[in-house]
Amino acid sequence: MEVVQRYIYSDTELDRTEGEAIEALKARSQQPIPDPDKWLDEELERNILLTSLDAILDWARRSSLWPAICFPACCAFELIAANASRFDLSRFGMEILRASPRQADLMITAGTLTWKMAPQVKRIYDQMAEPKWVIAMGACGISGGIFRSSYNVVPGYNHIIPVDVYVPGCPPRPEALIHGIRMLQNKIAKEHIAIKLSPL
Amino acid sequence: MTVSLSTWDVANQIKEQFPDAVSEINDQAILVKSESLFEVAQYLKNRPELDFDYLNYISAVDYFDYFELVYQLTSINHNHSLILKTRCYGRDNPTLPSLVSLWRGADFQEREIYDLMGIRFDGHPNMKRIFLWDGFQGHPLRKDYL
Ligand code: SF4
Repeated sequence: MEVVQRYIYSDTELDRTEGEAIEALKARSQQPIPDPDKWLDEELERNILLTSLDAILDWARRSSLWPAICFPACCAFELIAANASRFDLSRFGMEILRASPRQADLMITAGTLTWKMAPQVKRIYDQMAEPKWVIAMGACGISGGIFRSSYNVVPGYNHIIPVDVYVPGCPPRPEALIHGIRMLQNKIAKEHIAIKLSPL
Repeated sequence: MTVSLSTWDVANQIKEQFPDAVSEINDQAILVKSESLFEVAQYLKNRPELDFDYLNYISAVDYFDYFELVYQLTSINHNHSLILKTRCYGRDNPTLPSLVSLWRGADFQEREIYDLMGIRFDGHPNMKRIFLWDGFQGHPLRKDYL
């Protein structure tokens, strides 16, 4: 039986477009961009800060926790609600959900994780820069929840990444999530820069 | 609203072309033999009065003794629909003809059925698992999967 195969993009065409874009970018980027932070040096010379380094770093870190996007299932909607105007996560300095893990400090695992998706979540976690934290949100995030005995569900995110705070519920209400975030902030406040090292 | 065609009328038309193809008819569906599935589907698609140009879904049911596949077909031009069924015996390597060459929509659905029920489709261009990963043991929607 003859089956005609058609693709939305032919592979070579996609490769060629990508190659052209890279070449164009390379041609545009021959000269280094001047450092926009040069003026900082002059300013800092006139400022003296007297505090413990731990205190100021922990304060900075806990006040601007930016979550990475990792919403594989229904808990995502409570996270979205928590982010939206009624519950307003930006009160805690974390209104920005980062699509790039490089810019994120916190992973909120809002949803059921399947084994097929697990390598991607692990990769996102690995790509996040240190220091980083994880909140396991919802029964699925903690233990696999109602899908725990399924053939394709990871029984808890802590099987693949280290979890700092667990927020139970199916799904947890935004208040519960905010409580979890406050607990994480208290945890960060007690950290010493020397010992925060991810076990993985 | 989409009209369900009378299964008896359509079955009579099929019988004219393929006398042995139909094995059972009831008010809801026509059951055809798996050997004639492809020819019957092709006929239903290409006959202008029927013109089933759209495959809504394929579904598979495990009855222990056999697997039953359910195809719902719709004609967008005539706004009518029909349910076609076929059975497939044996649990070790059940095989059916693929309908991808008639309806592209069958592509992922046949892969899903292969993935979860373990029914192979002959003539499918890309017969591999879709939800689970390569190397997964067993077919989890079978009734005897533990
Ligand atoms: S804990 Fe409940 S709401 Fe959250 S992902 Fe699991 S099933 Fe969905």
